[in-house]
Amino acid sequence: MATTESEQMAYIAAQAADARVNVEVETNEGMTLNLGPQHPATHGTLRIVAKLDGEKVVAAEPIMGYMHRGYEKLTEVRTYPQVTTLINRIDWLGSFANEVPFILAAEQLMEVEAPPRAQWIRTVLFELSRIANISLFLGDMAVQVGATTPVFYAFRDREFVLNQIERVTGGRFHPNFDRIGGIKDDLPKGWIEETGSVIGKMRDFCDEMEELVLGNEIFQARTRGIGVIPPNVALAYGLSGANLRGSGVDWDIRRDANVGLVYDEVDWKVWTHPDGDSFSRFWVRLQETREACNIIEQLLDGIPAGPIMAKVPLIIKVPAGEAYVATENPLGEMGFYVVSQGDLTPFRVKIRSASFSNISIAPWLLKGVFVPDIISILASLYFILGDIDR
Amino acid sequence: MISVLALDPAWWQQTFLIKVPIGLLAVLLPAGTIVYLYLFKAISFMQSRLGPMEAGPYGSMQLLAEVGKWLQKEDIFPTKADKFVFAAAPFVVLMSTFLLVVIIPAGPDAIFVDLDAGIYFAMAVSSVSVIGILMAGWSSANKYSLLGGIRAAGQLIAYELPLILAVVGVVIQAGTMNMQGIVLAQAEGEILGWGGIGNPFIFTQFIGFFIFMVAVQAELTQAPFDMPVAESELVTGYLTEYSGIRFLLFFIGEFASAAVFSAIAAVLFFGGWYVPGIDPTNDIFNVIGPLILAGKMMAIAFLIFWFRFTFPRFREDQLQRLAWKFLIPLSLANITLTGLLKVVV
Repeated sequence: MATTESEQMAYIAAQAADARVNVEVETNEGMTLNLGPQHPATHGTLRIVAKLDGEKVVAAEPIMGYMHRGYEKLTEVRTYPQVTTLINRIDWLGSFANEVPFILAAEQLMEVEAPPRAQWIRTVLFELSRIANISLFLGDMAVQVGATTPVFYAFRDREFVLNQIERVTGGRFHPNFDRIGGIKDDLPKGWIEETGSVIGKMRDFCDEMEELVLGNEIFQARTRGIGVIPPNVALAYGLSGANLRGSGVDWDIRRDANVGLVYDEVDWKVWTHPDGDSFSRFWVRLQETREACNIIEQLLDGIPAGPIMAKVPLIIKVPAGEAYVATENPLGEMGFYVVSQGDLTPFRVKIRSASFSNISIAPWLLKGVFVPDIISILASLYFILGDIDR
Repeated sequence: MISVLALDPAWWQQTFLIKVPIGLLAVLLPAGTIVYLYLFKAISFMQSRLGPMEAGPYGSMQLLAEVGKWLQKEDIFPTKADKFVFAAAPFVVLMSTFLLVVIIPAGPDAIFVDLDAGIYFAMAVSSVSVIGILMAGWSSANKYSLLGGIRAAGQLIAYELPLILAVVGVVIQAGTMNMQGIVLAQAEGEILGWGGIGNPFIFTQFIGFFIFMVAVQAELTQAPFDMPVAESELVTGYLTEYSGIRFLLFFIGEFASAAVFSAIAAVLFFGGWYVPGIDPTNDIFNVIGPLILAGKMMAIAFLIFWFRFTFPRFREDQLQRLAWKFLIPLSLANITLTGLLKVVV
């Protein structure tokens, strides 16, 4: 390890030089294809440098950081209530879910617990943002393998879920709704019934996607046996979420390491698929969307009455200490390691985001596949650029 | 007026000055109609959106606006491009389309050139577009274009064979390669001794029609065979570097080819300009024939775009496997069966 500053600088320069060599020099053994950072299939600004032999990938490497926004550092100059505004932009498709682990970590440090009603509503919104997030994946995956239509259905039906989130929180994309000790507002009138009907619509949407995408022979030909991740490799690379369960590892934080949310109160199932290929990752996500519908439906039936905020001081000062809380976010495990020194602001926040680990398997996984499979495999790993770069 | 046209229909054939605008019209009008009706509207309805609504009633002038936009755009040549080849490529592609239109009969006399081996000519000139696409892919000095061009070449050559073999069944049954002869054979044919609707070859050559349509889908590089322009992988393949008017030419070529291949399918399998109930020698077909052909053509073109927006995309090796291991054996079996029945019956 480099210790002095000059050694560190030399190390960084060497790394940068390496990257440049990888990208620019054409070798005789084939072609270097530079996918991105501006490319239709990179969901933002991910860049993949692939060395090709014909259409076969000899080596591929994701290059990240084009969208680095420095959230870990920015949190250090924001008070705890202000942090949620930032962090729900990490995974922008399931934004409410980003707020929850941070708030839970802060609550752990302050030793307060949200009242039951707040916990239930949190869980409902958490699962709603999971549906909003994954429903878009179901359409987007089809686009990446070449079918243009399903994504329009995904956008159409996701809107119902976003409407419900908006009616509670006031924001479609960035709710900023979670508070230390509870939630900002109570549910509006008639919301529970409306959400029930939205859940019905999302079930229809899942059936539609199953018929239109999952059942399609071409889709299966493009995804079955492609991008196979064995369970031990998945664990070694630190995959989480549906990518892990798609490899047959039966691990779900909601069931196995639940903190602060009320998943114990409902009857639900963790879906796994033994194959570990792109198809199984799609399949697991589809089943999870259905399961999320089941969870929400059961939760809506039994939201307890009571306050939505615990007693917390007006000016929040978190006592000194450290806490790590992870939740099963739509993309996988998202954890916040919060270090407090008793100030208004966190001393240090380390964000463990799912996509960063999930994309790290790409060089291993993309070796030896064809160019079209780069796209379908990356789509099936399902990352959000904000979640990679933070 | 109609009777004058019908009695002396060949007058417009004779004049070069009339032939050229009609030829242009025959390429551009169906292409524009297909773009508006299917690419803009039908697909939008399938995808639960409205499509263009602002330009003209129901957005019907949208295409003109788009064309105007393309004409105004700068015609950019990449620095490292092979300028002459890059500039010529769209014209080669478009030429193939125009040559195809030449042999399509729209009435007993309404045909540009009545070649004895019309369908043979069509199959031959349809391959010319490969050269244009390869030129575009190679000269763009872009890796995506190169991959797209190579993919297109492999794909178009692979699907040339099932396309031709699918036509062979029709040729055997009609006993001629002449396009008019194929129409007349269907008009005058009989189904099991009953000649009420003639004998459209779709009833006997349905396997041939299936193979023909799959091969046409691949020839036109429409999804599920659109890997040469796969936008999620290769940006837009060989089209990536094109802008302005040259992109427009490719665009016209794509949709005019869709129209032309649909028209050929209509001639081969649905009796072309013929409708049951009117004597095929009647001169009225010179007037209503083009409309009938256009109707059949639009119905078949709808299939092409319906498939395009429904299916995901094959991978390149899967596409080749489909062509060589499934479509070609199937079409050979179809030819054998047709030949046997022709001899026996």
